[in-house]
Amino acid sequence: MSSSEISNKSQDQYYVPHLAKWPIVGSIGMTIAAVGAATFMNSETAKVPVMMYLGFAVIIFMVFGWFAEVIKESERKMYNTQVDASFRMGMVWFIFSEVMFFATFFGALFYYRNLSVPWLGGEGTGLSTNTELWAGYEGVWPTNGPGNVGGEFKLIDPYHLPLINTVLLLASSVTLTIAHHAVVANARKKAIIWLAATVVLGAVFLFFQVDEYKEAYQHLNLTLESGIYGSTFFMLTGFHGMHVTLGAIMLAVITIRMMKGHFKPDSHFGFEAVAWYWHFVDVVWLGLFIFVYII
Amino acid sequence: MSHATTMDHEHDHDHKPKGFVKRWLMTTNHKDIGTLYLIFALAMFILGGALAMIIRLELFQPGLQFVNPDFFNQLTTMHALIMVFGAVMPAFVGFANWMIPIMIGAPDMALPRMNNWSFWILPFAFTMLISTFFMESGAPAAGWTLYPPLVLQGGDNIAFAVFAIHMLGISSIMGAINVIATIMNMRAPNMGYLKMPLFVWTWLITAFLLIAVMPVFAGAVTMLLTDAYFGTTFFNAAGGGDPVLFQHVFWFFGHPEVYIMILPSFGIISEIIPTFARKPLFGYVSMVYASAAIAFLSFIVWAHHMFSVGMPLGGELYFMYATMLISIPTGVKVFNWVSTMWKGAMTFETPMLWALAFVILFTIGGFSGLMMALAPVDFQYHDTYFIVAHFHYVLVTGAVFAIIAGVYYWIPKWTGNMYSERLGKIHFWWSAISVNVLFFPQHFLGLAGMPRRIPDYSTQFAEFNMMSSIGGFAFGLAQVFFIYIVYRTIKGKGTTKATDRVWEGAKGLEWFIPSPAPHHTFQDGEPVKDEHLAHVSNH
Repeated sequence: MSSSEISNKSQDQYYVPHLAKWPIVGSIGMTIAAVGAATFMNSETAKVPVMMYLGFAVIIFMVFGWFAEVIKESERKMYNTQVDASFRMGMVWFIFSEVMFFATFFGALFYYRNLSVPWLGGEGTGLSTNTELWAGYEGVWPTNGPGNVGGEFKLIDPYHLPLINTVLLLASSVTLTIAHHAVVANARKKAIIWLAATVVLGAVFLFFQVDEYKEAYQHLNLTLESGIYGSTFFMLTGFHGMHVTLGAIMLAVITIRMMKGHFKPDSHFGFEAVAWYWHFVDVVWLGLFIFVYII
Repeated sequence: MSHATTMDHEHDHDHKPKGFVKRWLMTTNHKDIGTLYLIFALAMFILGGALAMIIRLELFQPGLQFVNPDFFNQLTTMHALIMVFGAVMPAFVGFANWMIPIMIGAPDMALPRMNNWSFWILPFAFTMLISTFFMESGAPAAGWTLYPPLVLQGGDNIAFAVFAIHMLGISSIMGAINVIATIMNMRAPNMGYLKMPLFVWTWLITAFLLIAVMPVFAGAVTMLLTDAYFGTTFFNAAGGGDPVLFQHVFWFFGHPEVYIMILPSFGIISEIIPTFARKPLFGYVSMVYASAAIAFLSFIVWAHHMFSVGMPLGGELYFMYATMLISIPTGVKVFNWVSTMWKGAMTFETPMLWALAFVILFTIGGFSGLMMALAPVDFQYHDTYFIVAHFHYVLVTGAVFAIIAGVYYWIPKWTGNMYSERLGKIHFWWSAISVNVLFFPQHFLGLAGMPRRIPDYSTQFAEFNMMSSIGGFAFGLAQVFFIYIVYRTIKGKGTTKATDRVWEGAKGLEWFIPSPAPHHTFQDGEPVKDEHLAHVSNH
């Protein structure tokens, strides 16, 4: 059998890999990180979560190894369109699970703002709770609760950094789409430039976000411990920031792969997956900008 | 072109990797991963069962005999977490791995490497969770529902439990993604959606439930974590938070979760009953729609777990009526099973006995659920042994019975050996009688007002508790006997070889391949013959 026949045959068939060595490495890394983090949190004295970092290192090693294998297989054309469809479904439903994760925190925010904080202030059936336990508490958002937990705090002005950040992220979605069209048109150089621009926009967003956190902690006394406002604010923006960081790293990897000559006009799932992820992160930000910063 | 590529496909049929590490740790084979899941689930079933035995031992008589109250609470909490996330869910994923690719004519699961990872997270996550027993703080003791503020008093175990739950969630989500991609993308050429076995359908719907709610659970426990360690006030009213929010978020996950544990059971039962009634499943399409309806309703009824916690009257009424709606699609299912058997040429091999017991006993659990759906009377039942009786009827005589039925039904296909019909029947009658002695009296205890999660009780409850404990010990012992039966079957001791068809009335692709199923079953792109299928709709 000639080698071209073999390759055709393998293309026709759904590629089922054998002997996966990376999953077990991932499980071990995950466990080291989790045990390390838990031990660190419970420790009175530990300053640096060494074990947690070690676990992350193992996970990063796993991600590199695993993706390298998949990229190699992909570049060798071992995946037919059916495999591609499995990957697509995997990414779509993964993003859906992320949507539900964020929905939890948005749901919590709406519950506090529209129901439980007003109840604490005596609305609805909360009248006796208010008069007996928290007399004089108004129950108006933003609040750090009747206990004034964390002390008085000020809010972030939505029309300063957050507005700039909104523009940055929306622009990054545009640049990414231009890059995508360039990939489809087989204009590699153009695609690389616009991808790089997207990475830069993401990085600047993160820079401003860090700046905003500094401002909040140092000047506004708005911290994670500022009652329910601080809790929801930092939980939502913090998880979003983590996702932007991850997305920016993924975009950077895609840029490097473009430079290495990966992806074809008709086959660039890795690119598309990252693009979907980036747009998802962008949409979450719009929700944050409206419901956390403005309203 | 590399030759490694072709190695993976050419001389495949019974080519198993050699050595433990390659065969099991690095496997990408859906059958091996399914086996791993099933063995893991069985181990956790025994561990969770052992905890239950200590609980029933303590409750054998009033007064504190063996364990202190805090440890008792650790036992109830860990018993539930282990049974739900360690035994029942992995068992169903094991069935899914083994059977779905075979049932739809696929070469393997869609994402085989990720499939391996989904499984190999579990042993690590459970080691972490169970290790909390040996910490100074002890294991989590606030119940599997992990309600704050009680759970926040857990000390060191909080972080370990939360991270273990995160890992379980990651595993479940990856498993569910794999199931969806497999069913939607890997079906054999002429295997239309409405030709799929009902087990495949119920798992498809279950997978969507998992992806939708596991992240919500992860979010809920993350809020617990930050409240415990980072000074947030999500569940602290002084900071403007609300502990009741946790209950809402938990049950937004928790109610679909109970259907995650029962929908695949419905699927298994819907495979078994037609085989032994020798009739096609009655109302196949309505079964599919009923499953989807149950899944949809599961998202909009969560607060029926919280009637007595304090809710506006409108909320009480809405959640009461919405909950009652669930009995309609569930009733459709029960009547369809009964209609399938109607005028069928029935025989009563072991899987059928378990399936019949499922239909009857699960329905009892459903009825007690309907009783508790009534908001006004739920104030009487809430947090009593009535709810304990209810969810053990739906989870033990429901989910666990379905799992055992499925094991008896498919183990000849898995191992190539018939189990001993005589031992199987002994196991069935032993379990079916003892499980009712175990759980039925708990209804009376609950109605009389005995609270759950309490190690001691008033002497008026003594007789029923003693009865329940005796039933519990007998039921526990019966499952040790089950392990013996499974072991014998795997080893082929005193058993006969299974035929390919195994059951006279069996239809579906799995019965037209050899027993035991070869390591690799189907090549890509082989069309399915309609005469092999159990359900061929004209759609």
